[in-house]
Amino acid sequence: MKWNVRIAASALAVIAGSSYAQTMDPLQLRSLAASCSNCHGTLGVAEAGNESLAGANKDEMLKKMLDFKTGKKPATIMHQLSKGYTDEQLAALAGYFSSLKK
Amino acid sequence: MMKRRQFVQGLGAAGSVGAFALTSGCASTPSGNGLKVVVVGGGYGGATAAKYVRMWSDYGIDVTLVEPSSAFVSCPLSNLVLGGTKTMADITTPYDNLVKRHGVRWVQDMALRIDADKRVVVLAKGGELPYDRLILSPGIDFMWDGLPGMAAPGAKDKVLHGWKAGAQTVALRKQLEAMPDGGVFALSIPLAPYRCPPGPYERACQVASYFSQAKPKSKVLILDANDDVTSKGPLFKKAWKDRYDGIIEYRPKHKLVDVDVATNTLKFEFNDDLKASVLNVLPEMRAGDIAVKSGLATANKRWCEVDFLTFESIAVKNVHVLGDSIQIAPAMPKSGHMANQHGKTCAAAVVALLTGRQPNPMPVYNNACYSFVSPEDVVHVTSVHRYDADKKTMLPVAGAGGVSSAANELEGRYALAWARNIWADTLA
Repeated sequence: MKWNVRIAASALAVIAGSSYAQTMDPLQLRSLAASCSNCHGTLGVAEAGNESLAGANKDEMLKKMLDFKTGKKPATIMHQLSKGYTDEQLAALAGYFSSLKK
Repeated sequence: MMKRRQFVQGLGAAGSVGAFALTSGCASTPSGNGLKVVVVGGGYGGATAAKYVRMWSDYGIDVTLVEPSSAFVSCPLSNLVLGGTKTMADITTPYDNLVKRHGVRWVQDMALRIDADKRVVVLAKGGELPYDRLILSPGIDFMWDGLPGMAAPGAKDKVLHGWKAGAQTVALRKQLEAMPDGGVFALSIPLAPYRCPPGPYERACQVASYFSQAKPKSKVLILDANDDVTSKGPLFKKAWKDRYDGIIEYRPKHKLVDVDVATNTLKFEFNDDLKASVLNVLPEMRAGDIAVKSGLATANKRWCEVDFLTFESIAVKNVHVLGDSIQIAPAMPKSGHMANQHGKTCAAAVVALLTGRQPNPMPVYNNACYSFVSPEDVVHVTSVHRYDADKKTMLPVAGAGGVSSAANELEGRYALAWARNIWADTLA
C-alpha cells in the first residue's frame, strides 16, 4: 500500500515536472484549457452546479484527473473525457488552471 | 450561502472585466490595432467566436456580430419547452454581456451577402461591414425542395420543424396543447447528417412524457429515414420501452418524400402514407443560406469544407466557417457544444493569423451531449477529438468518450449545470 502511494506520487512528480508540461506553447495550452470551459467556465470560473478549476491545487487536480482516467475515481463523464487527453496534457492543464485567479 | 458568495464573486469579475472592456473599447476605435473581424450568426459557434476573439486579442481586435434575433435562444433544452417543464424564458439569454463586458459591436440585422474581393459583408437593411477576417456561423437551413407540398401557401406555418429554437418551439407546443386526447404526433427524422443527432429521439421522450400526464390515450410515432436510431440507440430504446410503452412507436427506414399539408399526411419513398393529428417534419438540412449563396458549401453544395486548424474555408480566403454549417470530421456531431469548441479554436487561429503568429498545430477538444428521457432523467454521449496532421482532419481519440450506463437523475442535474455553464462561456 505504502509503496503504491510512493509510486503514484513519484509518477505524478515525473509528469508534472516533464519538459512537455513546462515547455508547452502558452497559446496552445490556453486553447487546450478552453476545451474545458464549456462546462467549467471561461478561465475556469464555473457557474453553479459544476466545479471551478481556477486556482485549484495543481497536484490534487492532476491526481484527480489521473484517477478519473484510470477509473479509480468514479464519475458521470470525466472518466470518459479524461481518457482523451495524454498524462502530459493533464499535467499542463493542472498547472494552467492552478495559476488562474479563483 | 454558497450562492451568495458566488454571486458576489461574479459581480467582482464582471466589474473588473467591464472596466477593462470599457478602457480598451475607448482605445479600440482610433488607437486599437485597427484589425476588424465580422462574425455572422450569434448561436453557440458565432457568439463564442466573437467573445474569444475580443478576449484573446486583449480587446485589440474590433469585433462586429451580425445577428437579427433579439436574444440567444438555446436549441439544447428546447425539447423541455415542448414537454412543458421549461419555459422560453428559461432557455433565452440576452446578448448584453457580449456588448458590455467584451466590447462586441452587435448589429441586429441579417447578412445579405458577402463580397469576398472587397472583403465586406452587405447587410439586409443596407450598409456594409468591412472585415480583415470573416467568421460565418449561420447554422442550418432546410432543403425544402425535397418536400414539394411544403411550398404550398401557409404550409410552413402549419407543419412545423421546431428545429431552430424560437417562435416555432412555442407554436409547436401550442399544437400539442390543442391536440385532442387520442391523437397522434408524428415526428419525421431525415437521413443523417442533421443538426443534433439525438435531438429527435429526446423530443419523442418529452412529447410522450407530456402525453402520459395530460393526454394518456395519445401516441408518438417516430418515422426515421435512417436504418436505426442514430445516437444513444440502446438508451433511447430502453427509455421508450420502460417509460413510454404503448405511447412511443419507432419505425426506421421511413424516408419522407412529400407532405400533403391539407390532409396532414406524410408520404414516404417506400412506405404507406400516414395521416396524423400533429406533424413535426425535420427536413433534410444543409449549411445556412448565406454560406451556400456565397459558394462556401463545397461538399455536395450542402456543407462547407474547412481547414480544421483555422476553420478557414477551402474555397474562399479570409472567410472562416464553423458550427453546424461545416462538413464534419469523422464522428464529429453537429451540436451546440461542438460549435462552441469550433468558436474557440477558430478565434485563437484568427487572432494568431491577424497578428502574424502560427495557429495551434494540434487542437484537442471534446463533446458532451445530454438528452432528457423524462423531465428529470438524462442520458449522455461524450467524445474527444484530436487533430491528425497526416489526415489533416479531427479524429476521435480511441478509448475516450462513451455513453451513460443508464438514464439517471444525477446527470439530469449535471445537464442543467452544463447549460448554465455553456451559456456563460458562449455569451457572458
